[in-house]
Amino acid sequence: MSNATTAHSVVEPSSTSKRIAGFIVILYAVITMVPLAWIFLTSIKSPPDSISYPPKIVFQPTLEGYCNLFTTRTRQTPEYIQSLGPPTSTCDEITRSRNMVIAGPSNYWPRFTNSMVIAFGSTFLAVFLGTLAAYGFSRFRVPLADDLLFFILSTRMMPPIAVAIPIYLMYRELGLSDTALGMILLYTAVNVSLAVWLLKGFIDEIPREYEEAAMIDGYTRLQAFRKVVLPQATTGIAATAIFCLIFAWNEYAFAVLLTSGTAQTAPPFIPTIIGEGGMDWPAVAAGTTIFLVPILVFTILLRKQLLRGITFGAVRK
Amino acid sequence: MTDTNTTIMDKATERMVHATPMSLARRVRGLSDRAIAWLFIAPTILLLLAINIFPLIWAVRLSFTNYRANRPNAVVEGVGLTNYQRVLNDPDIWIAMQTTAHFVFWTIILQTLIGFSLAYLIDRKFKGHAFWTTVILIPMMLSPAVVGNFWRFLYQPQIGLFNYIVSYATGVPPSSFEMLGAVSLAPWSIIIVDTWMWTPYVMLICLAGLRSIPDYIYEAAEVDRASAWRQFWSITIPMALPFIMLAVLFRGIENFKMFDMVMLLTGGGPGSTTEVASITLKREAFESWRTGRASSFAIILFVAVFGLANIYVKALNKVKQR
Repeated sequence: MSNATTAHSVVEPSSTSKRIAGFIVILYAVITMVPLAWIFLTSIKSPPDSISYPPKIVFQPTLEGYCNLFTTRTRQTPEYIQSLGPPTSTCDEITRSRNMVIAGPSNYWPRFTNSMVIAFGSTFLAVFLGTLAAYGFSRFRVPLADDLLFFILSTRMMPPIAVAIPIYLMYRELGLSDTALGMILLYTAVNVSLAVWLLKGFIDEIPREYEEAAMIDGYTRLQAFRKVVLPQATTGIAATAIFCLIFAWNEYAFAVLLTSGTAQTAPPFIPTIIGEGGMDWPAVAAGTTIFLVPILVFTILLRKQLLRGITFGAVRK
Repeated sequence: MTDTNTTIMDKATERMVHATPMSLARRVRGLSDRAIAWLFIAPTILLLLAINIFPLIWAVRLSFTNYRANRPNAVVEGVGLTNYQRVLNDPDIWIAMQTTAHFVFWTIILQTLIGFSLAYLIDRKFKGHAFWTTVILIPMMLSPAVVGNFWRFLYQPQIGLFNYIVSYATGVPPSSFEMLGAVSLAPWSIIIVDTWMWTPYVMLICLAGLRSIPDYIYEAAEVDRASAWRQFWSITIPMALPFIMLAVLFRGIENFKMFDMVMLLTGGGPGSTTEVASITLKREAFESWRTGRASSFAIILFVAVFGLANIYVKALNKVKQR
């Protein structure tokens, strides 16, 4: 034991080299966070502050960006605004101070809801189908298994625009254009390949003996799958689901080509947020911040499984 | 006597077993393993056939016609291989391929160099390395479209933070250069964002590679008094190479078909200086509506990606850990 520790200390980096390494890595991490910090800062700036030169780091924070993100506004004369009663909300007050009144809700919330429906719907389907297929590939001798698995993965590698051309025509024929169902099916098809590959890795790790013991006790294969394998695979299924969710949440190419109105998701919508006379950057930043926060949370939850997820389950640690 | 007794007992047990609901369940749902295997795998395969393969076959068929999606009622004629000939002889498409190659080349070089260096430094296991690794990983999880859209703001000549920082560091006035608007800078504006976003990906895989090298190899090298330089080139690099290759291949495939970030940052402009293959394809298919011709270009791209994917899967199997 003591022998092992001494042997290890031979390759242990010196404390100076550790300190230098730490300094460079932390410096990189801080630089890499600047754009994200700037998104958040811009979201709490007023429009004039957001486009001032030099860029302002100290400023009076305001919720104007968030108000503008969720509302549409019309310009009014000061006399008209004075004739109105007292403002009903903070947003109302901010809007009036700019000589405008709130005309109604913007499209951001419906688009955000679409993103949620499509992301959760496709994730559920992909994980459901993926778990079954992964179990099939993991436990049974499937003829041409390697070819099928390669086929499944290769579908994910296809260039989205190349796939979108025939999908566009097919959806037009089937009436699936610009529908949540169409997008859910499409994202399920893209995600199921990741789900199969990842989950096969997780299920391969569960010893077959568990099911065999259950089957000797009188369980059928299906019961053993449900009551023994599934509970064991929960972590893997959760990690896979988060990966699928993130893909569907972030996807842009299919969304921008195949949705335009009712089923449009947030990524193609956010760049179209404009204010009077150009981009309303605080509103865009607010929309971006709200959109990114769930992914930030998921990334932190997933950090131990990330490597596995990005290599389709090939690299585990 | 005992013999008959046993048989009677056996028969009774058998009868009891048959009478229980368990055995009923077994008869109804006791599918053979083979049947279950197919029952489990078939839905996935069917979905992929319907959403991926069937449309692909459709695209192959369209690629031999002059079909235009914006004129569904026009007479469609077969044109043989004309579309393929035109695409392969179109100078614009070759320029787009060159733009793509330039983009793929530089992003891979930068991401591999920075990503590997970071991984090497993180592998020094300084205090707090796990936390900072997670921080570094954040950009790659975000939506390239949504974040790319915001980078457009950072790149604004007068008000953008990027120009301000560059001007602060070099002394050039911030409005003297336009990252997105200048022909010479626009490709680099995309390369910078892509590198910012995807270096963590390469870093994470390289880190796995470095951690897969067992300590005893370094210990043996220490015993043989191999210099740190020598150890790096004859142990670290060769042993991490399969992982580096895996990261490079995947980034290569992803950037070969890059669409969203370019679309949001420059839209292919100025002119067509940043028009990568996917943008050209999108213009052909959804702006010029030459569906037949776009399909043939799509098939050509697909064959290229399919070839790369094949190599990628071999690389995956090489680093696969049991």
